[in-house]
Amino acid sequence: MYFDSLSDLINMGGHGLYVWSSYAITLVLLTSSILLPWLNLKRTRKQLSRQIAREAANSR
Amino acid sequence: MNQAKHHKAAAFCRLTPKQVNSPSLAGVFVAALKREWQLQVRRKGDLINPLVFFALVVVLFPLGVSPTAEILAPVAPGVLWVAALLAVLMSLDALFRPDLQDGSLEQLLVCGYPVAPLSLAKVLVHWVLSCLPLVLLAPLLGIMLYLPWQAQGVLMLSLLLGSLALSLVGAIGAALTTGLGKSGVLMTLVVLPFYMPVLIFGTGAMQAAVNGQPVLAHLALLAALALAALALSPWAIAAALRIAVSGE
Amino acid sequence: MWNWLKTLYHRLGSPKWFYQITSKWLPWFVGSSLLLLGLGLVLGLAYAPMDYQQGNSFRIMYVHVPAAFLAQSVYMMMAVAGIVLLVWKMKMADVVAQALAPIGAIMTFISLVTGAIWGMPTWGTWWMWDARLTSMLILFFLYLGVMALREALSPQETAAKACALLAIVGVINIPIIKYSVDWWYTLHQPASIKLTEKPAMPASMYLPLLFMVLGFYALLGWSVLLRARAEVLRREAKSGWVRELLKDK
Repeated sequence: MYFDSLSDLINMGGHGLYVWSSYAITLVLLTSSILLPWLNLKRTRKQLSRQIAREAANSR
Repeated sequence: MNQAKHHKAAAFCRLTPKQVNSPSLAGVFVAALKREWQLQVRRKGDLINPLVFFALVVVLFPLGVSPTAEILAPVAPGVLWVAALLAVLMSLDALFRPDLQDGSLEQLLVCGYPVAPLSLAKVLVHWVLSCLPLVLLAPLLGIMLYLPWQAQGVLMLSLLLGSLALSLVGAIGAALTTGLGKSGVLMTLVVLPFYMPVLIFGTGAMQAAVNGQPVLAHLALLAALALAALALSPWAIAAALRIAVSGE
Repeated sequence: MWNWLKTLYHRLGSPKWFYQITSKWLPWFVGSSLLLLGLGLVLGLAYAPMDYQQGNSFRIMYVHVPAAFLAQSVYMMMAVAGIVLLVWKMKMADVVAQALAPIGAIMTFISLVTGAIWGMPTWGTWWMWDARLTSMLILFFLYLGVMALREALSPQETAAKACALLAIVGVINIPIIKYSVDWWYTLHQPASIKLTEKPAMPASMYLPLLFMVLGFYALLGWSVLLRARAEVLRREAKSGWVRELLKDK
């Protein structure tokens, strides 16, 4: 590791706040750009299958 | 025998039958110019409103920023250009919608002539009728904003060249949003990013004139933008109109 | 190889085949993006040596540069998908284009925000009308324009073609916008800390960047596939294979 200690890693020579906040924002946005489409895909599947089941029941 | 049959069928199937007296493209272009002229001259409100908008936006700045010459004069080129740019954008909103509503836009698309030059006729007439008055009004507003005298000519010249590029590029956005009942904000959102180069070179020319530097390079760049828009955007407008009217 | 690509292209035009094959591709994207991003994050944050001019704030580069990179290439991809839609009428191209727009906007946003945060220790201000930041901001508005146009237009085929055309017009304009903004910046250049020509980066500095760029690409693929799969199901809801697929769930 480049840093001597964990507190050094967090502090980053005074620039810690800038570095960690930009990494945090990036991670949150990247996670949301996976999580939201994934939830949407699941919801779409569920909705469509319910709709298909309903239509099948109606036609019977 | 077989070949003769084939010939006949080919002649029968030809999509655009050759007519002896079908007018040339140039003739149709001139006819389109005349038609547009008559139609747009009659819509007086659409011609006057952008001018009033231009003047009003300019008036907002002394009220909002400061009425003193020391503050107004340096920002005058930018204020005039931004206001003119927005006025051109507003004036384009109703460029294709009336034609869509009365069905003549569909006629334009199926008439068998290339759509690009015919839509260019529309934009050119619009430029002459809507943007030239704007160019003429600009020096008056320039005086009110304490724009130095040596920049007045460049103001008109840069607006003349710039507004042609703005009209042509904005017409693409207007064509894309023609199908919508109301498109004001959406069209602005779509078109404004494309206006930034014109704004940069237009105000660049005026800043140079204010500072007493040569302006020819800036004006040449503006002219290049206008010519590039003249060459390319009719095709995009034609494609956008096809999409908006028939969805293809 | 060429023939294989051609078959792949033609098959990708079929929604059913697209849905089936992407379910096989998805784990690869998931695995490689998690692996590469994890590796890049740890190496970039903890192992890369400090930049002698900027100190540790240069570590923001490892998220800023890949995001800026993707922000531009996603717009290019959107335009390519637009050409495929308009020229070859391949409807799946629009599904991909629709999935690309939001992630492209997110990447642009990430690069803007991290650029602003990076600006504070380097320039002493959150925002500077720097040529690159300004063009990035304009790119962000271009993405918003495409998304707003799709939102407003109906039916969906019209919206698809209009967005494709707008993306193509945008790609032609991006070099002009970039050039004009650079030119504008040299005219108005404020006094700023000019970073002098950098010495060649050591491997410990550029390897994390390489991992991050590749990881961002893999994550882009992951996100696009997720969105595209949902959209395919929605568009093909009436077709036989979707009914078959979702019948017993």
